[in-house]
Amino acid sequence: MQSFTYERAQTPAEAAKAAAERENAKFIAGGTNLLDLMKLEIERPTHLIDVGRLGLKEIEDTSDGGLRIGTLVSNTALSAHPRVRRDYAVLTRAIQAGASGQLRNKATTGGNLLQRTRCPYFYDTNMPCNKRQPGAGCAAQGGYSRQLGVVGVSDSCIATYPGDMAVAMRVLDAVVETIAPDGTERRIPIADFHRLWGDTPHIENALQPGELITHVTLPRPIGGRHVYRKVRDRASYAFALVSVAAVLQPDGRGRVAFGGVAPKPWRMPEADAELPRGAKAVVGRAFADARPTEHNRFKIALAQRALAGILSDAPAQQEG
Amino acid sequence: MKFDSPAGDNLFDRSRIVGKSTSRIDGPRKTTGTAPYAYERGDEVANPAYGVILGAAIAKGRIRRMDARDARRAPGVLSVLLATERKPVGKSDWNLAPLFGGPEVAHYHQAVALVVAETFEQARAASNMIHVDYERTDGTFDLAAAAPAAEGADGNQDRSTLGDFDAAFAAAPVKVDARYTTPDESHAMMEPHATIAMWEGDKLTLLTSNQMINWAKTAMGQILDIPAENIRVDSPFVGGGFGGKLFIRSDAVLAALGAREAGRPVKVTLQRPLMFNNTTHRHATMQHLRIGAEADGRITAIAHENWSGNITGEEGEDGTMQTPKLYTGANRMTGNYVTQLDLPEGNAMRAPGEAVGHMALEVAMDELAEALDMDPVELRIRNDAQDRVPGEPSKRISDRHLTRCLREGADRFGWSARSVVPGRMREGRWLVGMGVAAGYRGGPTQTSGARVRLGADGKVAVETDMTDIGTGSYTIIAQTAAESLGVPLERVSVELGDSGYPVSAGSGGQWGAASSTAGVYAACVNLRRAIGEKLNFDADRAEFVDGEIRAGNQSFALTAAGEMSADGKMEFGDFKDDYDVGTYAAHFAEVGVDAYTGETQIRRMLAVCDAGRILNPLSARSQVIGGMVMAAGATLMEELAVDKRFGFFANHDLATYEVPVHADIPHQEVLFLDTLDPIVSPLKAKGVGELGICGPGAAIANAIYNAIGVRVRDYPITLDKYLDRLPELA
Repeated sequence: MQSFTYERAQTPAEAAKAAAERENAKFIAGGTNLLDLMKLEIERPTHLIDVGRLGLKEIEDTSDGGLRIGTLVSNTALSAHPRVRRDYAVLTRAIQAGASGQLRNKATTGGNLLQRTRCPYFYDTNMPCNKRQPGAGCAAQGGYSRQLGVVGVSDSCIATYPGDMAVAMRVLDAVVETIAPDGTERRIPIADFHRLWGDTPHIENALQPGELITHVTLPRPIGGRHVYRKVRDRASYAFALVSVAAVLQPDGRGRVAFGGVAPKPWRMPEADAELPRGAKAVVGRAFADARPTEHNRFKIALAQRALAGILSDAPAQQEG
Repeated sequence: MKFDSPAGDNLFDRSRIVGKSTSRIDGPRKTTGTAPYAYERGDEVANPAYGVILGAAIAKGRIRRMDARDARRAPGVLSVLLATERKPVGKSDWNLAPLFGGPEVAHYHQAVALVVAETFEQARAASNMIHVDYERTDGTFDLAAAAPAAEGADGNQDRSTLGDFDAAFAAAPVKVDARYTTPDESHAMMEPHATIAMWEGDKLTLLTSNQMINWAKTAMGQILDIPAENIRVDSPFVGGGFGGKLFIRSDAVLAALGAREAGRPVKVTLQRPLMFNNTTHRHATMQHLRIGAEADGRITAIAHENWSGNITGEEGEDGTMQTPKLYTGANRMTGNYVTQLDLPEGNAMRAPGEAVGHMALEVAMDELAEALDMDPVELRIRNDAQDRVPGEPSKRISDRHLTRCLREGADRFGWSARSVVPGRMREGRWLVGMGVAAGYRGGPTQTSGARVRLGADGKVAVETDMTDIGTGSYTIIAQTAAESLGVPLERVSVELGDSGYPVSAGSGGQWGAASSTAGVYAACVNLRRAIGEKLNFDADRAEFVDGEIRAGNQSFALTAAGEMSADGKMEFGDFKDDYDVGTYAAHFAEVGVDAYTGETQIRRMLAVCDAGRILNPLSARSQVIGGMVMAAGATLMEELAVDKRFGFFANHDLATYEVPVHADIPHQEVLFLDTLDPIVSPLKAKGVGELGICGPGAAIANAIYNAIGVRVRDYPITLDKYLDRLPELA
């Protein structure tokens, strides 16, 4: 870990301003991902701005019947919130499918959206990685890529966004609220929040330098059956090979997003529209432009079978 | 004391303490955080500094140049040791590549530098400031590609035959011919390798985490080229080893070198991401099984061949080891071929050879049962060996109850409910299957010594360099001493792991429990005799019970002779060479496979074990279920993924090298047959630490086949290997 200076911000605006004023500064909240990356010197900030005391730990009803979640709400608190459990159960199920109880106690809503990829070549600083060092090349391609992305990937990077929470937020059409160093606030639909890698895989999301996430807003509930199905190599405490977040309506329509397959939670409106025609149609559309490796080609079939399992379940049944 | 003939009736046959389930005597220290592991012993050491190792960034080649100017100037740095500034350290009998020094790089993450600093964080930060210029050379990293060169390499006699396998196999009416692969695996024990080293003049003390204290002391002498008697190794508590801590590794070597350089005690632990490539691992194997049988199931021909690789081209993973022992058959061949690879050093991991050998042999037996249309339990019983080792008929079998294990296990598990036709048992979305496998692991013994002190207060203290790597050694040693001297368990204290104590067998190869308790017994016998001499009675005919000595019509308090101390060691005689001393098990597993996603969930596991007297059923059960968990990992998820371009294990942390979690292991049951093996030791007890991993993997694999009707012969059996062959969705 490289040595760094540290300050504790008092307000969101102050935090954003401080981040813009310092070269190579990072926000820290739960630190569950950042600290690991700093120990390995994958992240090398020279200044940390602790946003842990900003408040922003409330979950409030919005005027249109939705929810506004403070960025510092822990994963545990968010998943346990009565309205989340009742109206946005896919989110509770997704969060509880991730990490461990200890990590969920520390991890925050905003921080979890910014969780970085778990590609083994990203984690080994001896290996070339365009994400760590733009232009260095990508060791994952032609290497051990079983866990990596199959769709939305590029010649520069085949890593995935690894998280679960954001996949559920994607089917719920969440909106990310931010504040910029100049004090301006903006609302970013989650569909636009995570970026495809393209030839700049080191740029992972829509945030500008110094911009701080303050809230995540969920629109009013859409009802339906909420399912999060996470498929992995062991029963707990592992990243998804494939995950499926779905909200299914009694008439067969619905929404579906896939995790563990792409640089972002993977959802396409055209694929949603295929839901009445079944899993094959949905996955055929959602993964039409897939470019898997020989090691991770199975993810497409797995996504289809996982979705088929969800669709075959009696409406009363839920998945964990 | 020499054990040179089979054990007769003795005090352990009337035991009150040995053989009873006994909570660990070290348990309170473990649960209250007062049983420190090596790295936590800094408060025993004045003014320790911290060392951090830098691992090589290439798999093979040499270092052109190292530049540590920035690191040496970094805050808190006391010294920087560079491989290019040092001659290679000596190679001990137990290391395959030098642990440090010289410009040559033999494998990925081999230690190339150590930074010593005032704090761990300073040392770690400075280690990243060392600039290394490498010259990469090509290496051999692909076992499958290199394997054909292995057979008979360097004129090795790597086959053993009996009868005429080829003719018998050709003539057999029913046969199986199948190939299996198992991947490289990591020990992944909880406590990383760690050492605190300190010098006083030319005397070196290592507070470390090691399974084999005397090997460690000898090896360290060879590595540093100093007399072994100048070295003290101390390892009272070890947070898991599984074979990964049988040997001195770079943490100990660099802590010692760093401490000498810095003139202060130095603490070094291996960072978890370094462990997978820097230390040893279980070698990958390729295995070929051919079994021929008569229509009634009697095996007439059996061949098991095994290919693996290692950095020296020697000492691979021999998957054939159990095959000569388990099943009858007059015509046999085993072949074990080792090729040279430039991957990190392969070496022992829990039941080396057998653990992965069963994963091939015992699946082939399942395939044979199916080809014969015979129950797999019955097939194994039909071919169970009786008096002689099938592959080595000159050897007698000491004591074996495999058929009982299989029969009692089948009853207990409800084996009769298994569907003979695979893919037929369905519960909701789950396809359900059951599998069985037999297990064999040797029950070896090694010379083992101990010292026993009797205090004037009647308390007994045992000292031996035996280790407790989480296995329960403290407790069985205390039980043995209490039984042998006739005192309650609470009166016995045990000190382990210090090279200043008498040399024991150490913890490895499933020999620790049997050997170390025999050594403690030998010391107790010597103590009894010393008391007898002093008080003038024949100790060998006396009874030591309830703190008293009864000799003929005389009676003494145990303390009547005052403070006493005796050393003793048990040596095991040549008569054992006529026998194969083995441990045996029947393993059963039931799995559910998700009909949609192919995820496998183990539902329950059962092991029925035959391992002689069970010294402490409580800790023995823990050993067996631990082995079963490790077998489940090997079968379902564990794999060091070889990057064949860069020549390293790419998934070198615990996020990407997955081992089972609690949710993977819902229910385990262990039954011990109440057997006694008079050939093994006076206690008639054999180890179980490795028996638990010999067979459960195949039982799980066979259960998956029974559930889905798809045979996967390449481990681990992950869903991607059969997803496209699952039964049609309804």
